[in-house]
Amino acid sequence: MMYHKEKSIQIKSSASALYNNLSVLRIAPRNLTYFSVVHANMVNMVSASWDGLNYSHRQLQSKEPNVTTSSSLIMQAAWCVLPYREILVLTSQKGIQMYESDGSIMVYWHALDTPETPTAQAVFARGIAAVRDKYICVGISSGSVLVFDVPSKGSNITLSEVLEEHKESITDMASECSGSLECIADLVSADDSGNLSVWKSGEDFQLLNKIPGFDMSCSSVKLWKGTVVAGYGTGQIRLYEAITGIIHAEINAHARWIYSLDIAPFSGLVRSAFTCSLPFQIVHMYNECVTDTQICGAKFCDGDGYAFAVTGYDLSEIIRYTQA
Amino acid sequence: MSMTTLPLVFINLGGEMLYILDQRLRAQKTAEDNTQKVMNDIIATMFNKAFMEELLKPQDVYSHRALRTVLTRLAHASIMRLNQASMDRLYELMVMAFKYQLLLCPRPRDLLLISYNHIDAIREFVRNTPSVLNQVDETHRKIIEVYTPLSDGELQLLRQTLLIFLQDMHVRVSFFLKDKVQNPNGRFVLSTTGPVPHGTEVPGLIRVFSRSGREIKRLEFPTEGNYTSSIRVGSFELFGDRVIRFGTNMYSATPPEETHTSKNYSQKTNSEPNPLAKEELNLLARLMGRMEILNQNNDSEIGFRVSLFSTEQEEKDIVASGRSGDPSFEVINIQATQDTQVNKELARIAGEFTKEVEEPEPPDGPSNKGEDLLTMMDELV
Repeated sequence: MMYHKEKSIQIKSSASALYNNLSVLRIAPRNLTYFSVVHANMVNMVSASWDGLNYSHRQLQSKEPNVTTSSSLIMQAAWCVLPYREILVLTSQKGIQMYESDGSIMVYWHALDTPETPTAQAVFARGIAAVRDKYICVGISSGSVLVFDVPSKGSNITLSEVLEEHKESITDMASECSGSLECIADLVSADDSGNLSVWKSGEDFQLLNKIPGFDMSCSSVKLWKGTVVAGYGTGQIRLYEAITGIIHAEINAHARWIYSLDIAPFSGLVRSAFTCSLPFQIVHMYNECVTDTQICGAKFCDGDGYAFAVTGYDLSEIIRYTQA
Repeated sequence: MSMTTLPLVFINLGGEMLYILDQRLRAQKTAEDNTQKVMNDIIATMFNKAFMEELLKPQDVYSHRALRTVLTRLAHASIMRLNQASMDRLYELMVMAFKYQLLLCPRPRDLLLISYNHIDAIREFVRNTPSVLNQVDETHRKIIEVYTPLSDGELQLLRQTLLIFLQDMHVRVSFFLKDKVQNPNGRFVLSTTGPVPHGTEVPGLIRVFSRSGREIKRLEFPTEGNYTSSIRVGSFELFGDRVIRFGTNMYSATPPEETHTSKNYSQKTNSEPNPLAKEELNLLARLMGRMEILNQNNDSEIGFRVSLFSTEQEEKDIVASGRSGDPSFEVINIQATQDTQVNKELARIAGEFTKEVEEPEPPDGPSNKGEDLLTMMDELV
């Protein structure tokens, strides 16, 4: 399998060195793909037409609504795809904002509890996942996971539950992305000590399993057909059976801290870049090196993994590759 | 983001500043006594207990403007004088060196080793002045106490916070270019060869396990890089071999003419008003209030000028071309509410600056180093 580089998409400002700093939303009915990349206190959004001829840009700042105080640094921006709507979620030092998918209207704001006097413990939200029909889950620096109940339309979004399992800052979260309804586990959350929690969604989320870390941050996680794919600060990727925690495989994938990994849900391609099919067949498919760039975001642009995109620290472009 | 960046910012940037000043003082054939006095005075101020305590309070990283103001004050905590053009170049060299170290740092935890390399070198500068040496040791102990317990994830957050702070800075530094660690576009070269960081395995291996945890298959795959096993880990103690070289004095073997910098002026700079200005000025007032006003008895001494340029002609050319100021340091409109308390404190500090002896500055530079603060205060009104 070979990929070749396509024309990059220019963005208005460069990507910040944050985990999972690229989100992609494919809008098939309109032949458009949206991309979002975080730059400090702003999100660069680009809407790209599939024919490559039209690009439009928008920038969002993280700001408490109706307040003119400074905006805060954004940790992550990601689209959450629910059956009836797509929501763009921004997480920052101050709170969580939710927008309609084109970024035009903010539909919800949740402020984080910040102490009067700053403490050494940083306060922020990070880790975003849409779960099943109506939940958006967001992680917090304290280790809590906030579960929001999202109606099929409108702004009546409510905080329905707070999951207190992790003791270290949440780094990433992922929901089951294969589309299979047979999988029991719906959500996996990861933290700075590499601990993984596996959940089943519902009126009350249920903790199904805890997979212990090895004192190394798990910075990026995915859940596919009941398998957790986790990337660590050591450059290693591990595959676990979510429900039992049994380790399937371990890949010495990279020489540096992994910032992002993604799965193409229809094909099981893992961007980093391996194909994974059960049982236990892992085949390395492809390598690419982006010269002199610290990659901070990597996403497949479609369900089959035909195309993928990456962002790099200090780069003002989204680099794209498609299968040759 | 991380609330504990400032002590490391000052130690690393301050360390780079001392390396550069040491090189310039030697290049200008400054008398050994004067050189030693400059180094002692700056280091004593930087490692002053109260100053460090202020930095250690949990807070956001400063803006470039605020940081540069405090570093300028630090540089002038001695009989040495720098005009604006030289201070600009000094700041560029400092931040680009720090950015290089941050980017190439193998693991986030190695940022501490880089900081300790700077402290080790600073210790050498003041090895003959026991009182200042003691301050450096005390500060080092404090830094070890505060930062050692941080997890790798927390140190990565700290590193990410600093990378955001240094984002979009691509000043070309001539000896980085010469050594091919920086490309002509100002971006640093990220090598894909060499030892992997401590705790990381060489890429290229897949291990597959049975349900009982037994390894049943091993596959190798080709990788783009050419990596080798990690080398031994450096010492995080007060003394010891740090192993990694980032943060050591790059300038000691560098000819002075290789500290040229040039900016790509097509790059955007942040010209938005800084709504945090009032908060930062409060912090600055507290921080600078804590910096000892040294050399009160310097009325009889004459300060001397240090230039960051190889020749007077080069300096004049840079100044004349209008490139002496980074656009982000020009006067910007600060939309902040007036705070008479802050203004009084800053006026008091600015007043103390003017008591020190000044070398006449060239007409195109500020004649009074308190002018920066006074300019800021004027904009508030």
